Amino acid sequence: MPLTREQIAQRIAAEVQDGYTVNLGIGIPTLVANYIPTTKSVMLQSENGLLGMGPFPTDDNVDADLINAGKQTITTMPGASFFSSADSFAMIRGGHVDLTVLGAMEVDEVGSIANWMVPGKMIKGMGGAMDLVAGAKNVIVAMQHTDKEGNSKLRIKCTLPLTGVKCIKKIVSDFGVIEITDKGFVLLEYAPDMTAEQVVKATEGKITIHPECKAMVFA
Amino acid sequence: MSNKVYADAKAAIAGVKDGMTLLVGGFGLCGIPENCITALRDSGAKNLTCVSNNAGVDDFGLGLLLQTRQIKKMLSSYVGENAIFEKQFMSGELDLEFCPQGTLSERLRAGGAGIPGFYTPTGVGTKIAEGKEVKVFDGREYILELAITGDFAFVKAWKGDKFGNLIFRKTARNFNPMIATAGKITVAEVEELVETGTLDPDQIHTPGVYVQRIFQGKDYQKRIEQRTVSKG
Repeated sequence: MPLTREQIAQRIAAEVQDGYTVNLGIGIPTLVANYIPTTKSVMLQSENGLLGMGPFPTDDNVDADLINAGKQTITTMPGASFFSSADSFAMIRGGHVDLTVLGAMEVDEVGSIANWMVPGKMIKGMGGAMDLVAGAKNVIVAMQHTDKEGNSKLRIKCTLPLTGVKCIKKIVSDFGVIEITDKGFVLLEYAPDMTAEQVVKATEGKITIHPECKAMVFA
Repeated sequence: MSNKVYADAKAAIAGVKDGMTLLVGGFGLCGIPENCITALRDSGAKNLTCVSNNAGVDDFGLGLLLQTRQIKKMLSSYVGENAIFEKQFMSGELDLEFCPQGTLSERLRAGGAGIPGFYTPTGVGTKIAEGKEVKVFDGREYILELAITGDFAFVKAWKGDKFGNLIFRKTARNFNPMIATAGKITVAEVEELVETGTLDPDQIHTPGVYVQRIFQGKDYQKRIEQRTVSKG
């Protein structure tokens, strides 16, 4: 069975280290926050101008002036700060954010990513994604391994307009955990009940199986 | 000291003409100058170029000016919440330039700070870099991005005084401080207009020198796009 959205988020949360500043994108990345253990001290950055994002508010604490980059109502944590968009992206571009987690439509074997545009179809815009992939020290992508027709989204070369070039280090897909190295994709872990060979077969780009590759275990 | 205080939005936007470039603060519907947008709609000014991170939703924010086809061109980072926008763009009625969010905020900051352009790593190797100068610093490529200024800038603050000093609230700050610096005429609408001298100088986010006109806003809707709650 491929991983659920929640399991992808849970696996990514294991990459978050104590003391990290993390920016979580919209969709599966947002769910990562639910799985970061409280024993780790982590500050979540929201690019619309908040460091120290907390959980969603209770109904009587909703504040229209307090939202995240997905325009959802949120709260703040102790130690939080507000700042302008220019300050926020200085933080991002300047390499002060340790980890960015975002979704993707395609990632290729050199670590380039496409996630903002489907020509002739989707006109939404890149938001902060181009700045985030250019600036964060470490970028992890949360994505589906294949499209609805079963075509691999881990490509030899991205076919959609790029968001960033050679900037992705790791992917957690519904099929496994894949590192991106000079030699292309390297499979580190595969979904429970799948095999490493199945993941390789479902991947278009050049992929090798790490010698210590193993099945993922979920508590 | 010249009087910067205007009676209402209609008076404060006087001078906006067809074809002008307008800078509009806000992120989504958070921190948008609601009163100014309504007044701009009622003014009928057209062929406007609007620089704003987003384009509102169909029936609120800059979506109001799209409904009336007053906007000729948008410069934004994300417009995904607006169906009218997509329709007008697809049919060729509306021109659109996408700019990465961090680049957009920095272009506005540069515009207000007298810096004509800057090099950034954002967008290198993408469509955004097409036609732009590339320069290598320490072995990494950067592209040249140019400053943005506007004929008018419209911002929304929580509190302001009669000199134009502004204090924003929470994430409603977003693009407003940079946009306030980058307008030839900057109009600030505030939830609470106070006497000059009553705001703590240490707490001012935007010094009054950037603001030419200020007024007490009214009837704030402060719409929420994604009301998301926990059971607590």
